[in-house]
Amino acid sequence: MNIGKSVIIKGELSGSEDLTLEGHVEGRIDLKDNVLTIGPNGKIKAEVFAKAVVVLGEITGNVTASEKVDIRDNGSVDGDICSPRVAIAEGAHFRGAVDMQRAGAKAPGKPATPAAPGQAQPLPQAQKVGA
Amino acid sequence: MADARSLTDLFGILGPRRVSEAASAVDTSVTHVTEVPYPTQALQKFLRCLHGAENPLILDLGPVVGSNVTFFGEQLGCRIRVEDVAADIDRHVKGGKLELLPEYFAGRFTPAPGSVDGILCWDILDYLDRPAAQALATALCRLLKPGGCLLGLFSTAETPGQVYTKYVVVDESTLRYRTYPGLRQRQRSLLNGDIIKLFKDLRVTDSFLMKSRLRKMLFRKPAPRA
Repeated sequence: MNIGKSVIIKGELSGSEDLTLEGHVEGRIDLKDNVLTIGPNGKIKAEVFAKAVVVLGEITGNVTASEKVDIRDNGSVDGDICSPRVAIAEGAHFRGAVDMQRAGAKAPGKPATPAAPGQAQPLPQAQKVGA
Repeated sequence: MADARSLTDLFGILGPRRVSEAASAVDTSVTHVTEVPYPTQALQKFLRCLHGAENPLILDLGPVVGSNVTFFGEQLGCRIRVEDVAADIDRHVKGGKLELLPEYFAGRFTPAPGSVDGILCWDILDYLDRPAAQALATALCRLLKPGGCLLGLFSTAETPGQVYTKYVVVDESTLRYRTYPGLRQRQRSLLNGDIIKLFKDLRVTDSFLMKSRLRKMLFRKPAPRA
């Protein structure tokens, strides 16, 4: 599903299919089980909840994703991110906080990703939070 | 066969050329890339300081580096807050309002006082005049939890050019430095005594002078006396 760049939405946007936004949205976006893509022309001023969020445009507001937030080159996020995985490309803009623990804690039974060989081990106290 | 070999040779010639062309296209905004990894004891010690903290909050004053967010957030389980102070400086330079930086830093940071476990200050103080550096240092001291630590890098040599540095964490004991163009150059190098005065509420726990003449200092906020 695509929302074109001439579309402006004010209010709550929710759905149960993957969505690509090129227009403007102000308010709240709720796609808890789906992927939200903010296209290069998309400008969002909203609280965002989705399974995964791919940002090529601009988001001003907090972003919560149960799987991943991916800010691509030239993508911009001004707000806090809560997601177990966050990827920020070189050239992306981000200002805010990233919390990968709280998002993990919301999915009990899902073990934290173990560090690959040679990678740093999680700080011991931080593990308690996800437990 | 001879034809095949010559084709292979041709691709061999074209291959690297394409890579370098692509690299030059990507790096138009980057004046110099230093991809040589540097060992760092200071970062190791900084991370050790965080070990006692529960879901520690780190404040990163540099520009956002995706791999650092992954390192601190995904691998170490920290919360990380990115506040690009170099961008603040450039914005003030553009607006011709550098003299307002001290006032700006006093109200710049949103975390509650005493809520931050660790601050990656990097080398940002090198780019500030004394009043702005003092205002920033005071704000950072206020943000740190008792027992929290701050990692600061200070150049001891004159560095020409208007470039900032991105510090890319490779692992617990290795950093890569990557410069990118900015609107302000490093100011006069801070002497040891000046740095200690800036962070008078903190205690210097370690100081390393690198061959590159970069001083890495680790500070810790003492716990209040009972």
